[in-house]
Formats: sequence, C-alpha cells, structure tokens
Amino acid sequence: MEKPQYNTEIVKSFVHWSVLWGLVAVLVGVIVSIQMTNPEMNFPPYLTFGRLRPIHTNAGIYGWGVGVIFATFFYIVQRLCKVRLWSDKLARFQLWFFNATISAAALTLLLGFTTSKEYHEMEWPIDLMIVILWVSFAINIIMTIIKRKEEQMYISLWYMMAAIVGVAILFLVNSAAVPVSLFKSYSAFAGTNDANVQWWFGHNAVAMVLTAPPLAMFYYFLPKSTGVPIYSHKISIISFWSLIFMYLWTGAHHLLWTPVPDWIQTLAMAFSVMLIAPSWGSVINGYLSMKGEWHQMRENYLVKFLILGITFYGLQTLQGPMQAIRSFSAFIHFTDWVPAHIHMGTMGWVSMVCFASIYFLVPRIYGKELYSIPLANLHFWLTLSGQLIWSISLWVAGVLQAGMWNAMNSDGSLTYTFMETMVEMYPYWWARTTGGAVFTLGVLVFIYNLFKTVRSGEKTAPLTASSEGRA
Amino acid sequence: MWEKRPILLLILATAAIMVGTTVTMIVPFMSVNTDADKIASVMPYTPLQQQGRDLYIREGCNNCHTQTVRPLVSEVLRYGEYSKSGEFVYDRPFLWGSKRTGPDLARLGGKYPDAWHYKHMDSPRSMIPRSNMPDYAWYRENPLDPKMIQRKMEVLDFPYTAGQISALADKNEMDAIVAYLQKLGSDIPWRKAAETTIVGEISNPFAGATHAKMEAWEIIYENNCAACHGKHREGDIGPELVGSNYEDEELFRIIFNGIPDGGMPAFNSLGSDKVWQVVTFLKYYDEEEGHKQ
Repeated sequence: MEKPQYNTEIVKSFVHWSVLWGLVAVLVGVIVSIQMTNPEMNFPPYLTFGRLRPIHTNAGIYGWGVGVIFATFFYIVQRLCKVRLWSDKLARFQLWFFNATISAAALTLLLGFTTSKEYHEMEWPIDLMIVILWVSFAINIIMTIIKRKEEQMYISLWYMMAAIVGVAILFLVNSAAVPVSLFKSYSAFAGTNDANVQWWFGHNAVAMVLTAPPLAMFYYFLPKSTGVPIYSHKISIISFWSLIFMYLWTGAHHLLWTPVPDWIQTLAMAFSVMLIAPSWGSVINGYLSMKGEWHQMRENYLVKFLILGITFYGLQTLQGPMQAIRSFSAFIHFTDWVPAHIHMGTMGWVSMVCFASIYFLVPRIYGKELYSIPLANLHFWLTLSGQLIWSISLWVAGVLQAGMWNAMNSDGSLTYTFMETMVEMYPYWWARTTGGAVFTLGVLVFIYNLFKTVRSGEKTAPLTASSEGRA
Repeated sequence: MWEKRPILLLILATAAIMVGTTVTMIVPFMSVNTDADKIASVMPYTPLQQQGRDLYIREGCNNCHTQTVRPLVSEVLRYGEYSKSGEFVYDRPFLWGSKRTGPDLARLGGKYPDAWHYKHMDSPRSMIPRSNMPDYAWYRENPLDPKMIQRKMEVLDFPYTAGQISALADKNEMDAIVAYLQKLGSDIPWRKAAETTIVGEISNPFAGATHAKMEAWEIIYENNCAACHGKHREGDIGPELVGSNYEDEELFRIIFNGIPDGGMPAFNSLGSDKVWQVVTFLKYYDEEEGHKQ
C-alpha cells in the first residue's frame, strides 16, 4: 500500500512557535520570581508582578502547552488515521491565528485588560479569538478522524476528542460576561456562584488541557520510543472513562472552607480522592509497558523523559487528592506549597512529555538525526533538577508558612504577625528562582539542540524508511 | 464499538463530562445568591468604590491577596469574622484569590484610617520595611473617567446619584482604590462584635521591668506601631506618643481593642502579654538612656 503524504509542514511550524512561547513563559517566570524577592524590580504600570504573572501562566498553558498539543496532535492524528490532515488551509489559518491570539493576549494583559479569573484572564475579544481557534482545530481533527483509513481508534484519539469537547464546554461557560467596553466586561455570575464556576473551569482546564492531551501524547510516544506496545488495553479503557467522568466533580476542592455550599465541597473532596484510581491506571499502564525494557531508561533519552514524566504525573495525582482533603487544605491552602504542586505538574509531568514528543518528532519530520544525544541528556538532568529545586524549596516554605500562620501562644493569641511569617519566605523564594533558572537553562539547551538538528544534523534515510520504521 | 465510531465517542464523552458539571456547577445556582443567603446590610459598590475594585483587578492584586476568611481559629483571629456568601452578591467577578503572598483583605475595610492606605499604596516599604509589594504612587497621577464609570454602574445595575458621578472628576485612581479597600468586609458590623470585653481589675504584669528587658520589646513597637506613630513615637498618621498621660490599664485597653471609630486598629491578635509589653515599653522606656549605652 502506498504511504499517504502527511502534512509535516504544519507540525514543523507549530513546534517552532510553541517552543518560542515556551521560552517566553519560562523567562517571564524567572522575572516574576525575582520580583517576589526584589520588589524594586517592578516597573509600573506595565511590568509589575500583578500584570506579568498572568502572562507567565497563560504563555505556559496556552502558548507552550496548547502549542505543543496542536503540533503533536497534527502529527499523531495523521499517523493513527493513516490519512493526510483534512484541511491544510484550515491548519495554516489556525497557526497564524494561534500566534495572533497569544500575542494579543500577552499585549492586553500587559495593558491591564484582565478579568482576574485565573487561567482565564483574557478579556472577551481574546476569548472570542480562542473560540475561533479551538473550533478550527476541532473541525480539522474530527474530520481527519472521520475520514480515517484505520478502523480502530487508538487510545490517543479518545483523549484528544474528550479534550476537544471538554475545553469547549468549560471555556464557553466561564467566558460568560457582559461587556462594558472593548476591553472591560463583568462576569455573568456573581460572588459565590462566580467562584464555583471559575474553579469548575480552573480545575478542569487542568484535566482537559494539562492531563488528557499529555496522556494522548504519552500513550502514542511511549510505545513509539520503546518499540513495545502499551501493556493493557483494558486498563486504558477503564482509566479513560473514569478519568473524564470523575474530574468534573472536583473543582470545588479549590474552594474548601469558603462560602461555597458544604455539599459541593464534600463531593469535590470525595471525587478528588477517587481520581487517584484512573490517574494511577495510566501510570501503572505506563510502568508495565516497560516490562523487560527498563534497560532503555539508561540508553534512551526519550524514555527517560517519558517515564519521569509519568512518574511526576503519579506523584501529582497523589499529592493533589491529599490537598483536596478539608483538614489538609485548612493547613496548606493559600501557602507557597500550592505553586510547588502546580509546578511539579507543569515542569515535571506536562513539559517532560512535551519535550519527549518534540525530540521524537523533530528528527522524523526533518529527516535528520538529532544533533546531540548528550545535550538531550543534559537537558533531561537540568529539567529534573530545576523542577526538584523549585518544588521542594516551596514545599518546605509552605509547611513553614502554614505552621507559622497557625502557631498560637498559650493565652490563645497568634504567635506571629503576618510580616513575621512573610519574611521567612525570602530564602525559599530565592531557591525557587534558582530552580527556575536551571530549568530555563535546560530549555535553552533544548532549543540549541533542535536548532542544530534542523540546520546541520545528519540526514537520515528518506522519511518513509527508517524514520517511520516503527510506525 | 465506540472505539470505531468517533461521533458516538464524542457524544459519550460529552455525556460523561456533563454529569459532574450538572451536579456541581449548574445545580448550585438554585440555592446560591438567593434570598436564603442575602444579608440586608450588604450594599452595592458606589461609583468610586467600583472603580477602585476595577483597578484592583487591572493591577492583578488578586495574584497575591485573597479575599475570603475561612472559619478557622487562626484565621478569624488574624483577619476577623469569617466570610459569608451573602457578602459577595455584588462581586463581579469574585476576588477570593488562591495565594496569600500578602495578607487576606476580606476584612480590611475600616481597619486603618485612609491616611494609612494613601501612605502604604505610595510606598509600602516606607511603613513595612521588608514588604515585597510594588509601589503604586503613580495612581495619584491618573484621573478618573466619570462617563466610563457611569456606564459601568448602568451595566452592573447598581444605584448611583448624579452627584456621585460628578464628584469623580476631582478624584484620582488612588482615591478610588482606597475607597474600595475601606469598603471591604465592612458591610456587616463584625468589628464591634469581635471586641473583647475586659472585665474586673487588670494590672500590668511587667510593671517595674528593667531597662534591658524593655529594650527587647522595642521590636514589637517597631513591627506594629512605628508605621503610624513614628520610629521615635514622634507621630505621623497617628498622634505623637511621647509623654503619654494614660494609666497602664487605659493604654492596655486602647491597644488591645483599638479605637474602632478613631482609626486605631485592635491589636488583640498579639495576645495580652505582648500588648502589656508594649504598654510598659511606651510608658517606662527611656530612649535617652538607650542612647547613652
């Protein structure tokens, strides 16, 4: 059978741009972390912590995360469906519209046009752009799947489709607002309702952007990298359906002890604990797929990234439910522990899987050998150590802070004023900046390695032969 | 079979997503922000306060400050009465936040006099030396746009008077943010209710402390009092404290419970020991003697 001519140009473009936005995200991340220890590094009105922090999170989630999702899904969907992408033109439009949207988001946030809702700060005109972007992506992916030449849909396609509808529902509801002007609107919901809708969105954005799509990548690129199929199809089915069913109940664990009704909090707490099962379904499935292949952890840098990535996913999905329990939340919520948790997910789990996916597909779409495997290994160690320094220092900080906030004297008064607790954070915030800088150095090594691969890497045999050999 | 039929998979996935969504996100609309959790004394924002709130959003203050006090002992002691759903019915969007790099602000209204906020927004570190909050002195240079604010009030359907709108012309962004901060959490009379009634005879347990001992208490004064009363008690936002005529017990009452209408915050969260130490330091510590050493 003749091999279909896949659209690799669009994959290349999305890799370039997502890596660029990823670099922006980590650089802004380092800047805002320095602003926390050195307030004189705020330059009002535009370059203050309050305005830059949303640029860091949105560039990370939407520029880097979603950018890589676009790149890898376009790569994966063509191969799993054995057909060319449904519309090259639509994909090309999506690329430019993606960059226009991310640029507009960054610019408007800098100007102070924000809704304040976390991970959804962009004002309504940008929201509209995001809707157009997502619809064009959804149409292209779903149409490609519909006209596929392979009857069975592989696991990765399930996660993709769930993410496509999930993001659409979440985003549309949480965007509901009444505009006052071009760049100011008021939420359609008020107070406690608004909080509940926002965290239903916020937590499930984690599910539908930072969990389901990276799992789609993991399930595709792990067997591709090791040459061994996924251990259990049954575990994949059970964990997929239970994951997308249970996630939606858990948003209010961000709102424990707030005025949100108790029963919603309790449901969120219970479902958060239950979520350990489907999350670990994928972790165990990944580990068991390595049976007899563990030597590849030494030999194959792709496997290192993927297995450490899924390990961080496993840790993340144990720590998350722990934080979702009322008693623990009472202690740890609002402290520096929480960003440490988030960054284990984003720097450990999501980014490791994204790095592996890009390392896998760049040599294949360019028909070149990777420029340097030692540099890829260096990148791995910088990523791992940067992330660990980042998270461990803030876990310690969070526990210290929580302990001080709650410390009481024998007469029933508080032991520490707020400032006495805050000044204790400075050394840990410095450690965090160091961790971020190490991670950023890793990203620079990554970019250098990719650049050299594309520019001067050795040519591999034509695309259809060895590079697609295991496809 | 769904593994071979994409449309079916999309429908099933949507259904799976909608179950939890319906129960935990849609159903709550039936009970939240209804008459059941309304509080009669909670009022919508005035034009100036609403503009201040929008500035709080514009600057991303919610990235570092929360606005919800949880019903936990240490939190109620530190910030005040825990937050009620009915206090937020006019908040679009909600601003509860998720991280306390700075303190919670849900009960900030009325804690300090306006002058404290103006000075603090100008330069947080002039009052709290190791604060990491950025300066917002530049707010004073930005006038308000009365027309735009009026439009906001219309969209929000909040009551306002023509006088309130025309008065905005003479105000700047700093006035707006301070007006907003002074409204936070003050619509229910919690401060009065939280006051401690001191009964019976009280006496200073640290009376007759030595100079050396009192020297160690200066830090309590510096951390909690100096921002308003000056490093050497010369007075600034608050009055000069040198040569105070108060009895020990009277001074204790003022510091412990504050003067709610006079702009003096309560310092009961310090505990009675530390408050007595400040009293003793204020009355009996001789700064001259300190300099001689």
